[in-house]
Amino acid sequence: MSALLEVSGITKSFDGFKAINNLSFSIDAVELRAVIGPNGAGKTTFMDIVTGKTRPDAGEVLWGEGSRSLLKMNEAQIARAGIGRKFQRPTVFEDQTVAENLTMALRADRSPFAVLRWRPSRGSQARVEDLASEVGLAAQLARKAGELSHGQKQWLEIGMLLAQEPRLLLVDEPAAGMTLAEREQTTTLLCRLAETRAVVVVEHDMDFVRRLNCKVTVLHQGAVLAEGSLDHVTRNPDVIDVYLGR
Amino acid sequence: MTRKPFILQNPSVLIVLAVLAVFTAAVTAGSAAYGSGVIPTSMVKVLGKTLCLALAAVAMDLVWGYLGILSLGQMAFFALGGYMIGQWLMYARTETIVAASLAQNPIPATPQELQDAVTNQIFGVVGSADLPLVWSFAHSLTLQMILILLVPGLLALVFGWLAFRSRVNGVYLSILTQAMTLALALWLFQNDSGFRGNNGLSGLQNIPGLDHVSQATLSVWFLWASAAALALFYVLAAWLVSGKFGSVVRAIRDDETRVRFLGYPVEGFKLVVFTLAAMITAIAGALYYPQAGIINPAELMPIASIYLAVWVAIGGRGRLYGAAIGAVVVSLLSSWFTGGRAPSINLPGYVVNWVDWWQVALGLTFVLVTLFAPKGIAGIFDWLGGVLPPRRQGRDLGPNDGAFQEAEAKA
Amino acid sequence: MIRLLAPLFALFLPLAALANPALEAVIAENIDQIEQPSRRTVEPLVAQIAATGPEGIALLQAWADRRLGLVDGRAVILNADSMTDAVTGAPVTGEARSLRPNSGVRGVIEAALAGSALSDPDPRRRAAALDSLSRGADAEGLAALRAALDDPDPVLAARKARLERLLTIQFDTDSAARVAAIEGLAGDVGLDFRAALNPLLATRRLAATEEPQANIARELSVGSDALPREAAVALLAQQGVLQPPLTRAEQRSRLAANIVDGRVAGIPVTQLDDQAMRDRAYDTLETQGAVPPAATEAEAEATLATYRFFETYAEPDPAVTDAAKAAQIRAQVRLGAMQGIDLGLDALSLASIYFLAAIGLAITFGVMRVINMAHGEFIMMGAYTGYTVQTVIADRTLSLVIALPLAFVVTFLAGVVLYRLVIRHLAHRPLETLLATFGVSIALQQLAKNIFGTQARPLTAPAWLEGSITINDVIGISSIRVAIFVLALLFLALFLFIMKRTRLGLEVRAVTQNPGMAASMGINPDRIAMMTFGLGSGIAGIAGIAIGLFAQVTSELGQNYIVQSFMTVVVGGVGNIWGTLAGATLIGGLSKVIESLNPSNTLAAQTFMILFIITFIQFRPRGIIPQRGRAAEA
Repeated sequence: MSALLEVSGITKSFDGFKAINNLSFSIDAVELRAVIGPNGAGKTTFMDIVTGKTRPDAGEVLWGEGSRSLLKMNEAQIARAGIGRKFQRPTVFEDQTVAENLTMALRADRSPFAVLRWRPSRGSQARVEDLASEVGLAAQLARKAGELSHGQKQWLEIGMLLAQEPRLLLVDEPAAGMTLAEREQTTTLLCRLAETRAVVVVEHDMDFVRRLNCKVTVLHQGAVLAEGSLDHVTRNPDVIDVYLGR
Repeated sequence: MTRKPFILQNPSVLIVLAVLAVFTAAVTAGSAAYGSGVIPTSMVKVLGKTLCLALAAVAMDLVWGYLGILSLGQMAFFALGGYMIGQWLMYARTETIVAASLAQNPIPATPQELQDAVTNQIFGVVGSADLPLVWSFAHSLTLQMILILLVPGLLALVFGWLAFRSRVNGVYLSILTQAMTLALALWLFQNDSGFRGNNGLSGLQNIPGLDHVSQATLSVWFLWASAAALALFYVLAAWLVSGKFGSVVRAIRDDETRVRFLGYPVEGFKLVVFTLAAMITAIAGALYYPQAGIINPAELMPIASIYLAVWVAIGGRGRLYGAAIGAVVVSLLSSWFTGGRAPSINLPGYVVNWVDWWQVALGLTFVLVTLFAPKGIAGIFDWLGGVLPPRRQGRDLGPNDGAFQEAEAKA
Repeated sequence: MIRLLAPLFALFLPLAALANPALEAVIAENIDQIEQPSRRTVEPLVAQIAATGPEGIALLQAWADRRLGLVDGRAVILNADSMTDAVTGAPVTGEARSLRPNSGVRGVIEAALAGSALSDPDPRRRAAALDSLSRGADAEGLAALRAALDDPDPVLAARKARLERLLTIQFDTDSAARVAAIEGLAGDVGLDFRAALNPLLATRRLAATEEPQANIARELSVGSDALPREAAVALLAQQGVLQPPLTRAEQRSRLAANIVDGRVAGIPVTQLDDQAMRDRAYDTLETQGAVPPAATEAEAEATLATYRFFETYAEPDPAVTDAAKAAQIRAQVRLGAMQGIDLGLDALSLASIYFLAAIGLAITFGVMRVINMAHGEFIMMGAYTGYTVQTVIADRTLSLVIALPLAFVVTFLAGVVLYRLVIRHLAHRPLETLLATFGVSIALQQLAKNIFGTQARPLTAPAWLEGSITINDVIGISSIRVAIFVLALLFLALFLFIMKRTRLGLEVRAVTQNPGMAASMGINPDRIAMMTFGLGSGIAGIAGIAIGLFAQVTSELGQNYIVQSFMTVVVGGVGNIWGTLAGATLIGGLSKVIESLNPSNTLAAQTFMILFIITFIQFRPRGIIPQRGRAAEA
């Protein structure tokens, strides 16, 4: 089975500082992967490059069966190709209702005129209600997103990601600011999602990563330091040196 | 979630339409042509023009209140619409007059002679003998009507494409739109631009072919047309911002980046709204200038567009009726205060003459509204309707309403 | 020439009271020839008289002016109401017989006079003679100059040599000498040289069936830009080879004069709304002899086809015109280069103004991401401060010295007040700040109108700033613009000093880069923002005085610069003083270049300028010197 996302040899520097240095990475179509690393290891820049927010100075990012280069596409095109991104800080549209937020994220033609012609159907409404109940917001559909609590906003954003039906999900520090129970819930959800698609979780909370029980990629100074199971990488002396040892 | 008809989902649209209908009927009943004559013809014209300004404000609200682009060049489209209709009005009317005077000659005029005479009549003032290329379609009402939509639409499309493509936004974009209207104004100010330089186009209140209709009657007709256009485009705008399209547009206003990651082509949406608003504004302008009678490049100076933003802000942006109310209230008040009819205030030692002090008062009011009543006049309606704002914590972090607030981000 | 020399000689006429025996002798010997001079023989006599000294010169002067008379065989000079003896200068009474030399004789006398003035011992008189010679000379003037080329004064010697070359170009009979003179001066950009070349290259147009025997500049083709068809037809008509073409209006009025029973030449009047029909009617009338013949289109076409059109030089010698042409091209090239330098100076001063106007805006925008629409009004406020100070203090220099810091203080305070009352409450809402400051802007503008009235107020520069620094005929710059340039440099230096060397600058930079971190290190971002806003506004006040010195102070003064200032900031890039400098230089330079391409139309220049900026933003959305690093990517 070929890789869904194939990142090879990318480099990106900001004013001489190499945030990403000859980094290669690949993930299969159905896989859960955790990316860990200390602050400044290049985790966020890596996600920025994959989602089109930042252009690398060198390297190649290939996507899907046809191995299309993502570097020629803008953020919206990449998102439409099937890459969803969950930000660290919950970003939902606070001035709009939960239903509106979810409706916007529903998989549909995104061009302006198609959106103009789009009318809610029985199917779309049912889908919005399903998603809302999946993330525990069924009772909040008519409320404005700005009125939700922080945790509810996190869940709304996850709901929106689900509505997008991405083939690859990039999740940035999902556990940050969550209670223990919420972490449980998030872990379960991520594992379930990874049964049908590729999920990349960027995290530096080791307990959380351990609970995901998946292959781990350790980044350091913009390059891959080690890759394998969590036990495998935690035994790696380099990793202990730069990360775990501190 | 049950599906209700669009109008029922938006009761404010019905109210606005009803108010507009009552207003139009009342003015008609008070006009000299169709009623008691309580309202003088000049006042009917002022009211008709005000409706056009309200339409421009509604379009401005689409761009600013909903899409989040503070365009400081909207009046460029307004004036372009005026110029396009003005070309036909002036050409056709001059042609009638010139044909009548040439008919006095013993030898009938050739088509060439007729056109030369018309050209001389229109462009003699800027010392030009040839009909400029931009007047090629001026003989045809139909073609000029198409141009009313086409020229501002194309300008908005090209400008918007260039600006949005390079992701210019916020204050930068505002300054660029201002530069656009300034460039256009300066170009039109030249005598050889083909639009009669700073003389502009005049005599637009006379409609060719309707010489037998009095100005009193014409003014009421234009009032009707302006009211109809306002009603039509108000409904269109309300429809546009009500559904998923409106949802996406407001989302772009609040967090453009997030919308991109949802997969929406943000630039495309911006272009559609910006261009559509430009065309609506142009139609408003095409209805306005025949009532004003004259148009010149001063109408495109950046200050005019900024005033439009002021009206929308005072009326309440992000609410279509707010924009319309703001335009009506502020423009009528402005003309009342600066027209010298407002009574002066006698302070001990100084007489406050409103002609001199209105601008100061307006400027300060505007600052106060921005500081203390960001929802403007429309905020009163929200309050009356019991619509409570969402429970927000802390100060705003983002540039617009609806963006993050400090406490939420920290939480 | 004599007319110009006359006042000079009038100065020393009364001094000629002493007798001049040499002159007396010459007059006595040649009294017949003085009475009846002949152009061919008079020259030695004139030279003799001139050699006798000032009295002789005075006599020659009077002779040439037809003010010389004879009383009892003695030469006398006739004044308006008296006579003096030409030799002794003593008053004379009696009946004078006026002498009237012919023009040939007068020419000889004048040349001698000029020559003598050119070798006069007094250098001022030699200079004056050169002046008058360079204003208008002829072949005799050239001969006189050549005779007097030696000069003890090196400056005058150089002037004489140059003038000799210039006169050689115009009046020498030997074309080789003329060509040599032209080539010797080629590349010179002096107005005198260009003026000397112009008459050589003057042309006239000529229509002929074959190449004329003349110095042909070029052949023109009909319909080209140089010779439009109408001009060719007009030339043919002027040379009498073609009937003058009939204008449409004339044709119509002649047709109208021949209407008979609603018909012209048998064609119903109603059908004459067509040009072809009118031509037919006219032709018919022409054959009937009812109207004068006129060239039809076909005739005009046929004649045009048989004739060729030439531009010929009035100067017959092709060698001279070729040399002149080449010299003119070289002069134009050098002139272009010098105009380029002049343009550069102009652009530099404009850039300084934009820099001064924009720097305050750039500071506030860089630190707070806030566009202050009232910035233009702060500029205006500074200018009015200068004006007010000038009404109180009469001494221009002193008032300027006081006004500069005072304007800074006034606008600094205005900026601080604006910040405290408005901008602070709109933090992180740039668009609303833009609008609120616009409200302040219209209020301030109207307030200025209410206080100072609508008419323009002068802000006069001190006398020592009023002149201009001129390098040659082409390059020159007014002192005031130099002063503004210096002021801009001063502020650049001051700004760099504040930013790099003071605590305030350090804190400003900290707040710009990371407000949160700065706050946590004990810097009060609010105070810093207030200070930078005040600083930016204060510089606007200074800019106001600088602008007021060469433009009239009105309430709209700031408005005229505000859009350019915005552009400067946008083009330059945010948060970097060098960016503002680059933006100002680009905008100032480009405006001048576009203006110079089409000097008659400054409006078009501004239009193109703005279009250029809109396009520029496409390629460098963050300006010439963008903010860099990861923060900029966010």
